[in-house]
Amino acid sequence: MKINSLADLESVKSKALAASAAMEKTVIVCGGTGCLSYGSAELASALERKIKDRKLNAKVMLKMSGCHGFCERGPIVVIEPDKIYYQRVGRRDKEKAAEELVETTLVQGKVVESFLYSDPVTKERMIDYYKIPFYAKQKRIALRNSGHINPADIDDYIATGGYAALVKALAMKPEAVIEEIKKSNLRGRGGGGYPTGRKWESTRKAEGPVKYIICNGDEGDPGAFMDRSIMEGDPHTVLEGMVIAAYAIAKGKAPAHGFIYVRHEYPLAVKNLTKAIEQAREHGLLGKNILNSGFDFDLRINRGGGAFVCGESSALMRSLEGRVGEPRAKYVHATEKGLWDQPTNLNNVETYACLPEIIVKGADWFASIGTKGSKGTKVFSLVGKVNNTGLVEVPMGIPLREIVFDIGGGIRKGKKFKAVQTGGPSGGVIPDSMIDLPVDFDELTRVGSMMGSGGLIVMDEEDCMVDVAYYFVKFLEEESCGKCVPCREGLRRMRQIFDRITTGNGNPDDMVMLEELCTAMKLGSLCGLGQTAANPVMSTINYFRSEYEAHIKDKKCPAGVCKALIAYMIDPESCTGCQLCVKNCPSGAIKGVKKKPHTIDKEICIKCGVCYDVCKFDSVKRK
Amino acid sequence: MGKIKLKIDGREFSAEKDEYVLDIAKREGFEIPTYCHNDQVSREARCRLCVVEARWQEGGHSRIVTSCLYPADEGLMVETNSEQVRLVRRVVLELLLARTPEAKGLAELAAEYGVGKNRFGADTDFGKCILCGLCVRTCREVVGVEALGFRMRGVLKQVGPAFAEPSSVCIGCGACYFVCPTGHIIMTEKGDERKIWGRTFKMEKCSKCGRYFAPKYQLEWINSQTGVAMDRLSLCQDCK
Amino acid sequence: MQAKVNLKLVDEVIKSWGADPAFLIPMMQDIQAQYNYLPRPALNRLQEKLNIPLTRVSEVATFYKTFSLKPKGKYIIQVCTGTACHLRGAPRIADSFMRELGIEVNGTTKNGLFTLSTVNCLGACALAPVVKVNEDVHGQVSSDKVKKIIEAYAARKK
Repeated sequence: MKINSLADLESVKSKALAASAAMEKTVIVCGGTGCLSYGSAELASALERKIKDRKLNAKVMLKMSGCHGFCERGPIVVIEPDKIYYQRVGRRDKEKAAEELVETTLVQGKVVESFLYSDPVTKERMIDYYKIPFYAKQKRIALRNSGHINPADIDDYIATGGYAALVKALAMKPEAVIEEIKKSNLRGRGGGGYPTGRKWESTRKAEGPVKYIICNGDEGDPGAFMDRSIMEGDPHTVLEGMVIAAYAIAKGKAPAHGFIYVRHEYPLAVKNLTKAIEQAREHGLLGKNILNSGFDFDLRINRGGGAFVCGESSALMRSLEGRVGEPRAKYVHATEKGLWDQPTNLNNVETYACLPEIIVKGADWFASIGTKGSKGTKVFSLVGKVNNTGLVEVPMGIPLREIVFDIGGGIRKGKKFKAVQTGGPSGGVIPDSMIDLPVDFDELTRVGSMMGSGGLIVMDEEDCMVDVAYYFVKFLEEESCGKCVPCREGLRRMRQIFDRITTGNGNPDDMVMLEELCTAMKLGSLCGLGQTAANPVMSTINYFRSEYEAHIKDKKCPAGVCKALIAYMIDPESCTGCQLCVKNCPSGAIKGVKKKPHTIDKEICIKCGVCYDVCKFDSVKRK
Repeated sequence: MGKIKLKIDGREFSAEKDEYVLDIAKREGFEIPTYCHNDQVSREARCRLCVVEARWQEGGHSRIVTSCLYPADEGLMVETNSEQVRLVRRVVLELLLARTPEAKGLAELAAEYGVGKNRFGADTDFGKCILCGLCVRTCREVVGVEALGFRMRGVLKQVGPAFAEPSSVCIGCGACYFVCPTGHIIMTEKGDERKIWGRTFKMEKCSKCGRYFAPKYQLEWINSQTGVAMDRLSLCQDCK
Repeated sequence: MQAKVNLKLVDEVIKSWGADPAFLIPMMQDIQAQYNYLPRPALNRLQEKLNIPLTRVSEVATFYKTFSLKPKGKYIIQVCTGTACHLRGAPRIADSFMRELGIEVNGTTKNGLFTLSTVNCLGACALAPVVKVNEDVHGQVSSDKVKKIIEAYAARKK
């Protein structure tokens, strides 16, 4: 059905709301990538059968949603309107779990204790979704619908107020829409933090026979997955944001065309977006004469080819043109000469996802959240050595400590917190001494890191900072497009220096060379990839110089990571003699009898780390 | 367009708006090294040797930019030999020298920027190719056949015919050989044969002096592109 | 094993993208989805039908990591080496796969069953370390589980 007016939209919304109000309960099974890998699709079909068997169809609605963010607790099931939060539902036995859930909660109206979240520290079991510490401190704007709506159903999106922003925007003058976004001070969520409204204004002002509107969904930063989650869990919000942008930017007779560039590694995102686009077209929200306003805009999806550099806007545009992703000098901005040399606006997925809320609730509301220079919220993927890993959306300016310790629940296995890495390969590490840093664009840059797309990787005492820098250098060496000399050759030489340092062959001159390469690459590289490639190296040198020195002078890896500099051994005090390591050791290096401490023969040991992984008593040590 | 004024190393010059800084600087007699630049082809800013320091306010924030692609405008101030400029050039040259120690002219230029003993070692597997891409652009934009291109990415990047196989579209003109700044591309001639990029081309004799002067394919290509008759193409440059 | 290429199929792919060279990458993705790699006859066909230089086909086919010019195994194992996975032991997982399969990263076993590769983040960081085998995502993998994963796929019907 075509939606031609606000009244049409309201009617779809009230119908959808009435349909769910007629139900006593709604069971929402998470269908994000994380939960799916724990079998949530099978769990959902088991639930469907049981609900039918009990003839509860008329009273219970079952739906699959996008990601809740707390992926390691999957499969997650939420029961509305009671806000019951179930986690790790049926990891082993889906049938049994479905039976239990239907019988206990849907029939008897009681909670299933074993599905409840229990606090890792206090062991307290919690029922209410929003009281769980992982969610309690979050403020969700970009992720507002993820986990709540069925991404395959446009009516569900409309029922939560979806496309109301588009109706509102189309009733405004395009200039007024731009003013509103400028007033909100929204800055690009893809990493650079450029003011979105100013970008739109430049693209609108630029002359050209056509304007291109691009959504960058080539989320390449390792350790970040918020864009995947939004595209999978709430694809319509991305589309709505893009149509609003197109309307604000298009001028005169120049038509606007849209592209969503999605990483090849995200098949579910492609699937859900494709479906959303079809539905939006059917409803008259994309295509010709959108909402009967006379405004035309349509878009299509391009899958990336597997090149990190294509997250860089000029490389992404070359890729959209069907060429290799080599960036170009940006002395003339893409807002003037971008895709096919035409005026082009490129924003990131999370940026588009914020737009509908800004239009509906107003710029002042958005600007009231956050810090002076960074307004609104930011989604972080909180991963690494924290207890609670997943996606979190928090107000800008929140102290790092609250993210790591309150939301993240502190460090796993009671280890000591060492550092946080933000900004992916373009960012840096922030040491434990700066744990009270308020997190926003400017503060992160000030301490030598950057926001990037929002990866927040927590490290503990067992993580080696030299290894972390080495990891990013290897990553970037592999991903450098090879166009310009400082990045291509500089990264290779940096990697060779790290090869030496991490194997005990480093010398003090290596530090001098690293620092010089860092400076030259920062100043002389063509694109952002090369210009920021030094950050992981510089920040680890700045904050953890002694660790480099230990590798170079003492030929030791204090954190016990660098393979050539460590040996595996078994702590005789805590070893219970369970034989698990003996059974799993692929080289037969571990000797010992049952219930007596085992030992590792260093001559035979190949340092594969299997014993370290399997030991249940933390008795295998790396020194 | 229109005239603007800019400063290069403290001296004022006038130029067209959006004219590239490299072109202005060269016209006014400044020395800026380049490896991937040639006036006949498009600009890609691969080598990064032509970097200069640009600022828009006296004493203000400066930026290292490649002069070959940086458009001039009113009030621009450029330094062609500042400390940062020299640092970038020195590191770039040291990196290039480590990659291709044999590349023509590289060691001399590197020495000018103070590169002494190469701290990064010396590679042997890249020939003399610094990946400036001049051969690729010349083949595409001047010759118009696109027999050459890049393959792969990053450190593995290479230049040559598609899939590193002898090209079926190459006309054997040797433009790439002549434009290569480092002497990486090898072209040999013996009797009526010219060898380049793994292919052997039959050469045509000048109908007047009898010397072998051009590959047959090249003459046919010129004929097909310009309509100049084959018999008019049968004379070498000297006899024409 | 080199695939037998059905040029009609390649032509259909080209037609479905309107024979527009701007869609060279999606066309190659469709061909790769069909054959698991990019067979040369198919690439030559692309060049011919799109009327573009072969160098451009060669540039694109060798630049992007998803494309392969060599046939891959029936099961493609992708060990995620994103940052979160790296910290939680991905290097040990990759080592275990290499040891158990007797191949290097980007190698294929002699029986054509497995290709081992690494991927720079699957975006499933909360499940680190992650391994993907074709379309199946395995979360929280440890090095001792590697053998079981291989055996499970090897035991499937050929």
